[in-house]
Amino acid sequence: MTPAVSFQKVARHFGAVKAVDALDLDIAAGEFFAMLGPSGSGKTTCLRLIAGFEQPTAGTISIFGERAEGVPPYRRNVNTVFQDYALFPHLNVLDNVAYGLMVKGIGKAERLKAAEEALALVQLPGYGARRPAQLSGGQRQRVALARALVNQPKVLLLDEPLGALDLKLRENMQEELKSLQKALGITFVFVTHDQGEALSMADRVAVFNEGRIMQVGSPQEIYQRPKTRFVADFVGSSNVLPPDFVQRYAGQRRWGSLRPEAIRVVRDAGNDAVQARVSGVSYLGAATRLTLDTEGLRLHASVPSGSTVPEQGDAVAFTFNRDAIHLMDEAP
Amino acid sequence: MSIAAVTATRDAPASAILPARGGMLGALSDLFWRRPRFLLVLMLMPPLLWLGVVYIGSLLALLLQSFFSIDEFSGLINRQFTLKTYADLLQPANFDIIVRTVTMAALVTLASIAVAFPIAYYAARYAQGRWKALFYLAVMLPLWSSYLVKVYAWKLILAKEGILTWFLAKLHLLWLLDGWLALPYVGGNSLSVSATGTFIAFVYVWLPFMILPMQAALERVPGNLVEASSDLGASPGQTFRNVLFPLALPGIVAGSIFTFSLTLGDYIVPQIIGTSRLFIGQAVYSQQGTAGNIPLAAAFAVVPIVIMAFYLWGAKRMGAFDAL
Repeated sequence: MTPAVSFQKVARHFGAVKAVDALDLDIAAGEFFAMLGPSGSGKTTCLRLIAGFEQPTAGTISIFGERAEGVPPYRRNVNTVFQDYALFPHLNVLDNVAYGLMVKGIGKAERLKAAEEALALVQLPGYGARRPAQLSGGQRQRVALARALVNQPKVLLLDEPLGALDLKLRENMQEELKSLQKALGITFVFVTHDQGEALSMADRVAVFNEGRIMQVGSPQEIYQRPKTRFVADFVGSSNVLPPDFVQRYAGQRRWGSLRPEAIRVVRDAGNDAVQARVSGVSYLGAATRLTLDTEGLRLHASVPSGSTVPEQGDAVAFTFNRDAIHLMDEAP
Repeated sequence: MSIAAVTATRDAPASAILPARGGMLGALSDLFWRRPRFLLVLMLMPPLLWLGVVYIGSLLALLLQSFFSIDEFSGLINRQFTLKTYADLLQPANFDIIVRTVTMAALVTLASIAVAFPIAYYAARYAQGRWKALFYLAVMLPLWSSYLVKVYAWKLILAKEGILTWFLAKLHLLWLLDGWLALPYVGGNSLSVSATGTFIAFVYVWLPFMILPMQAALERVPGNLVEASSDLGASPGQTFRNVLFPLALPGIVAGSIFTFSLTLGDYIVPQIIGTSRLFIGQAVYSQQGTAGNIPLAAAFAVVPIVIMAFYLWGAKRMGAFDAL
């Protein structure tokens, strides 16, 4: 099947800065794809390359098999939900949503009807007469979504759309976006720096760093089997284990990762337990995160709420299943 | 360095509330802090007095004068309320002056918008760092020199022996200039004694007043609105019509208030460059000076005020200030 978006050796340089460099990427039609990475990692530039706001310095981009280099944004059947929504302040909500149809020359009655339907789809029926300034952040977000969806794009791009929302609203929107994507079957490409958001929403995640993709895979793969230290550190808040440590416990001289919930803190030190000192205790609600210092290494362990929690400064011991150590590809 | 180390480097204050600074200034500071409105009134008083008495007062005096009339035999002012002076404005000779001035002001404003927009757009969207500084310098620098000097400079440029004629001759385009100068209304013996010359000089001297508010308005249009419009399928022309222009409209209106009202009231440019036909400013000048007809001068001066009031009212109805 033709991929929805295909990057081949795509680069986008700004002077000496390589925002995106030699990037290969295939996004399948109908999937919910997340681009995850810290700020400045090139994920937003990638999105802008798909939208057409940026042109590649090198390489080819195709959208549903059609070459897209040199094609202006207004000739791409791709729509964007902007980070700060970019609603037109001089138009009311209905005219904002109908804008894409208006510039395509669709008659007033027809486009306003379609806009009403799109507003109903994002659960804002009857808000058409208001100005964007009269809406809350969450409502503006929905209007921006409706304004993009009303054009029935082949690919919908979302640039950190939930970043400005508070936690509760963000969780609601995550679920809603996911079910909307399932119902409409449109390819969603979603940029975020929030790993929880990427893991919970996406079918596949690409982890970006310094203009390159470090790993692409399902959320489970990314979380449980990170290929590099960067992915382990950025995605899972996993403990990154140096080759010497891994050699001792897993028998191979490789970088490894160990998830915090795989570490069990025990009172009495058995012969296979590791001695450590508790240097920090953070209460997180469902669990408590302990910071353990051992052998010059700082590890995080997650202790479920309800169990007894040691205090800062306590000497403890911890164990873990040897096969919980995931060996990474990255060479020592 | 720990926090304790940082704080230990200087003596910690002994109490939670610091003692009053003392003295009159200290007492004043405390008073102003407790009564911010008092400070506001104190600061606003001088400019408000100035505006209220000198500016509004003289405007009212002007308005009052326009309702008086002049005794045609004695030349004395008859201080009785009458609309006769306003009726005089409608006489063909006077009404022509009004029509000529308003037409010129409207054309100058339209031309200023057309010339200023690309410059303002470049400055707001693309210019950065030193280019932006250069833009401000280039726009403001002409305002530093005397307006009379600039107008006389234009007279020389536009004269028959001037550089413009010379340049057009080099391009073998003199026939175009001669053809234009042969036209009624806009033509004349040379550009410096034609209405076209007046128009060119007006556009030049008022252009900065159009560029600056326009640039400020365009700068306030977030760049991502232009991107969003393009993303939704609008061609650059559609984006201009549907997004940029409506959002820049308050700036365009602000600029056009300058160019329009400055042209309506100016009496120096048409005096130096142009035909012998009068503009409102010149009419006011001659009526209150040599002719000694203060009421008619006042009535003439009220015309631009009324026109501007209608203009602003119309702009507001068109929604020019909705985006503010």
